[in-house]
Formats: sequence, structure tokens, C-alpha cells
Amino acid sequence: MATLEIRDLHVSVETENGTKEILKGVDLTVKQGETHAIMGPNGSGKSTLAYSVAGHPKYTVTSGTVTLDGEDVLAMTVDERARAGMFLAMQYPVEVPGVSVSNFLRTSATAIRGEAPKLRTWVKEVRTAMETLQMDPAFAERNVNEGFSGGEKKRHEILQMELLKPKIAILDETDSGLDVDALRQVSEGVNRVRETGEVGTLLITHYTRILRYITPDFVHVFANGRIAESGGPELADKLETEGYEAYTTKGGASA
Amino acid sequence: MAEAQNIPAGSTTAGSIAVAAESTVATRMSAPPSFDVADFPVPHGREEEWRFTPLDRLRGLHDGTAVATGEGVRVEVTAPDGVTVETVGRDDARIGRAGTPADRVAAQAYTSFEKASVVSVPKEAVLTEPIRIAVHGIGGVAYGHQVIELGAYAEAVVVIDHTGDAVLAANVDYLLGDGAKLTVVSVQDWDDKAVHVAQHNALVGRDATFKSIVVTFGGDLVRLHPRVTYAGPGGDAELFGLYFTDKGQHQEHRLLVDHNAPNCKSNVAYKGALQGQDAHAVWIGDVLIQAAAEGTDSYELNRNLVLTDGARVDSVPNLEIETGEIAGAGHASATGRFDDSQLFYLQSRGIPADEARRLVVRGFFAELVQQIGLPDVEERLLAKIDAELEASV
Repeated sequence: MATLEIRDLHVSVETENGTKEILKGVDLTVKQGETHAIMGPNGSGKSTLAYSVAGHPKYTVTSGTVTLDGEDVLAMTVDERARAGMFLAMQYPVEVPGVSVSNFLRTSATAIRGEAPKLRTWVKEVRTAMETLQMDPAFAERNVNEGFSGGEKKRHEILQMELLKPKIAILDETDSGLDVDALRQVSEGVNRVRETGEVGTLLITHYTRILRYITPDFVHVFANGRIAESGGPELADKLETEGYEAYTTKGGASA
Repeated sequence: MAEAQNIPAGSTTAGSIAVAAESTVATRMSAPPSFDVADFPVPHGREEEWRFTPLDRLRGLHDGTAVATGEGVRVEVTAPDGVTVETVGRDDARIGRAGTPADRVAAQAYTSFEKASVVSVPKEAVLTEPIRIAVHGIGGVAYGHQVIELGAYAEAVVVIDHTGDAVLAANVDYLLGDGAKLTVVSVQDWDDKAVHVAQHNALVGRDATFKSIVVTFGGDLVRLHPRVTYAGPGGDAELFGLYFTDKGQHQEHRLLVDHNAPNCKSNVAYKGALQGQDAHAVWIGDVLIQAAAEGTDSYELNRNLVLTDGARVDSVPNLEIETGEIAGAGHASATGRFDDSQLFYLQSRGIPADEARRLVVRGFFAELVQQIGLPDVEERLLAKIDAELEASV
């Protein structure tokens, strides 16, 4: 069973005013089949955690470890991490001019699976996944994320998650900017992947809204660059009524 | 109807639409077209038509100091039966009919060439095999002139390959009879040091179809000037171009479509990728719709993809309309870059960096390559694009 282990992770970025530490000792273990929600106020470092684990060059890991089944993730290139089974659904997916969705998906699946998927089964696989996400088939011929609406971008991210079948999926504010219908469809997509029991999910969100559709096993409150409190789904209910105030005021974590 | 977009990335893009009493296309040249080099002053580099070109790398083609060296290039023509291939003197009536030299180097080539090669396809002949013209540089200076002539309703494909090393200035004339169909593929696959400056003149007959595919990969400096005029109504011109500009290369494509007859069409689409320090691509797209050219349908497009820092693109579409009675006219120019965020996105989906770059570049060119309509040329281009990417850092 795949396990992602983050130990005492410290991450900094270069800013105009010099180096700034954003993650200040994150400890987290995510096992295949589990769903963890990371919730926290804006600027707490949630997205930095997602991008650092995926290997974005903007972030410098100054200390700590990230391992996937004991393998050193931090030593891997971005594409090696993906091939090892990591997936990041981005908050702001990037436009790639000149590359169609269908070409992109096939190239990506070929890289992740280590061989080109057989054309006939692949076409069917993509079509089925797109239908369940209620995506127009014409979507496949558009350039990656070019001119996509917010909802289309997020659906496209979840489509990739369904096709690439990662061991560990990090969903960075996948719920942001979605209307209720889109949120439901995207959540259903995530749940289909979760139901396989093959993926460990790290759901990063600001709002509790998405947790009505995706029930987490664990909820972590992220504040000031580290996990301030961990608990079960009931912790989300508490945040729903009380907000993040207790974590953002001086003193940080509450009991 | 016109569109001009600009996403600068070490680039400049400017566009203009003029509906003016005075032709800016004509007046911004420093001298009117002429067959005589003496009618053009030696350029100093600030003229509109020379301002993007590094004159010091023209090896004297612009100032009369480049002297032809016996055999500078070797030209071999392979043509199917029924096609006439001749080498003719300067007095042949077909020479210069398709157009007049528009700048100093074209006039220099016209003034200096000794023999021209003329390839003629008789009327109504429909060729099933392409005519192949191999222009191979053997290190010298050469001035050339070629004429490709199609009789009425003839159909032909011509593939011109430029290889080797040379300093070459040339004029190439395409004469299309009424209803003729000519497709020309001109590949500039020169060695690194070559300098190639050429004007292409197409005179498109009544209801004739001219398709030009210009592919520029090699050379130190390549400056091409494809020009189209119409000999009657109903003509159709499609001008496609691809370039891949590497470190230190200067590749310049200057197009003019002169809509001088009614109910003609033109479609210009040039796409380029650039990589490496001081890679410089220039695209000038002039379309002139004269008062007589009612019913014109015209579009021009230039797209550039900048793959690395240090490259520069100058893209200037220019549309000038002297009649409102047209079917359509528009232009678009955009320069974008393949950046780190795109690379991160593709890599985060398991795609290695070099493959990500290849995916983007192949995708960028694919739409244009598919319009060529000649499978062997398309294959060759894609292979060449891959090779260019392999050679990159």
C-alpha cells in the first residue's frame, strides 16, 4: 500500500524582500485509500505544500523529507514524481498553446503507464470518462486549457486524475470558482477515483462546501506554515461554525 | 474586419490598417521597383525595408561588393516527361514578366545574373510527379534567376531544395496561365554560414491557383520576399510558411499580396519557432487591396513561438484597402512563449522536459503542416522539426 510521508518539511521562496519561509515544519502521512482534507485561511501555506510536493521550481525545500513508499520524492524531477504515482490537480491549470487535449492526455498516459495505451480501448476510456464528467466530446480537440471556463479547467484536471490513476492525488482548491453543479460533477469524479481504494487523496480547500460531497477521513487545519490541529470530519463542522479565527489570532493552535 | 493581437515575449508586434489616399505599402520603400540596381541607393540600414536586416551579414550583396565566383551554386532540375527545361540568356521574353525587383539586392541579382533557367509545363498538362529543383551551394557568390511557367489549365508541384553553403541573391518568377494550378515548396535547408536573399514573383492568371510553401531552417541570414499579383480575376493564392530560427540565425520573410484584380483570394499563414541567443525572425505581411479589386477575400496570419530567452521576433502585418466592396480582409499576429509554467504543467503529468517541448512545437506547427497537402513533404518537415529540437540545448 502506497504511503506518502512528509516529515518536518520547511520550504521557502525568494521574494522582493528576500527569502521568506512559508512552510515551517509540516508532518503528514497519507496512505492509499485515505482522504485527508487540509483546510486553512488564505496565505497559510496550503498551496505551497501542494506545489512543493509536486516539485515546482519556485519553492526551495530547506529541510525535511518527503517520501513515497520510502523513495525520496524530493530527489526526483517533476515528471519522475508523476511517474512514481503523484498527481497535482492545480488551482490555476496552465494553458498550453498548440497541444490538443486528446494529444496531451495520450502523451501523458503513455508516460505514466510506460507504454502507449492501445488506441481502441484508449478512445473508449477517454470518451467514457468525459461523458461521466459531462464534458462535450469537442473538448478533446481544443488546446489544453486555452479559453476554458473555470469549470472546464477543473473538470479537465479531474479527467486527468481519472485517466492517470495516481497513488497520491493532491487537489489544490479544486472547488474554488465552481458553481454548485460543477462542484457536484467534479466531486463525483473524485469520488469515483476514491472508491477504487487505489488513491490517497489530499484535498486542499478554504471552504467546507466541497466536504459535503467528498467526506474526508481526516481533517487538518493549516495555519502559519504548519498543521495546527488534526481530527476527524467533525473538525470540519467546527470550522464551518467557528471559522479560522482561533488559528489566525496570536498563539496559533488551539487545543 | 481585422484582428491584431500582441503577446510580447522579447518581441515586437505592430499592426496597422490603412484606408488612405496614399499607398503606405508603396511609399515606405526607399525607391520604386526597377530592374536596374543603379536605381536603388546602397542601403544604410534605417530604411523601412532594411531596418530589421543586419546589413553587415549580407556579405556585400547590398552594396555591389559581392562579386560572382564562377560556379557559386549548382542547380539540377529533375522533371517528368513533357516538361521543358531550358537555360536561356538575359533576353528571353519570359524573364521579369512576373514582377520587378523591389529592393536593391533583388535588382542586383537581376542586373548580375548571366543565364536563367526556365521550366515550362505546357498547357493542360497535369503532372503526376513533382518537378524537383536542387540548388546546392558550393561556397561561392552567385546571382540567379529562375522562371517556372505553367500554361493554361496545367497543374504541377515544384519542390525547390536549397542546401550547402553559398552567398546567393536570386529572383524566382512563377507565371501561371489561366486556370493553372501550381504548388511550390521552397525549402531553405542551408548550412550555417549561407546567405540567401531572394524575391519570389507570382503572376496568377485568371482563375488560377497558386500555393506557396516556404520552409526556412538553415542559413546564417535568409531574407525572402514572396510577392503575388494577379493577371486577371478569380485568382487564388495561398502562402504558407514555416521557420525554425536557431541561435544566431536571422530569418526574414517579407510578403506582399497585391490585389490588383477583382474577385481574387489570398490567404497567408506563416508560423515560426525560435530558440537560442540572438535567434531573430522577421515577418512582414503586406496586403494591398486596390480600388479595382472588388470582391477580394484576404487574410494574413503570423504566429511565433519563442522557446528560450535571447530570441527576438519582429512581426508587422500591414493591410491597406482602397475599396470597401470586398468579401473580407483581416490579419492577425501573435508571439507567445513556451514558459516554465507550461513546462511544469506537462512535467507534472509525467511528460519529460524534452518531450514536453517537442509536443508543444509539433502541436504549434501541425495545423499548418496539415494544410500543405503533400504527404512526403509533411513527413519530412515534421522529421526536420524534431531534429531541430534534438539539436537544441
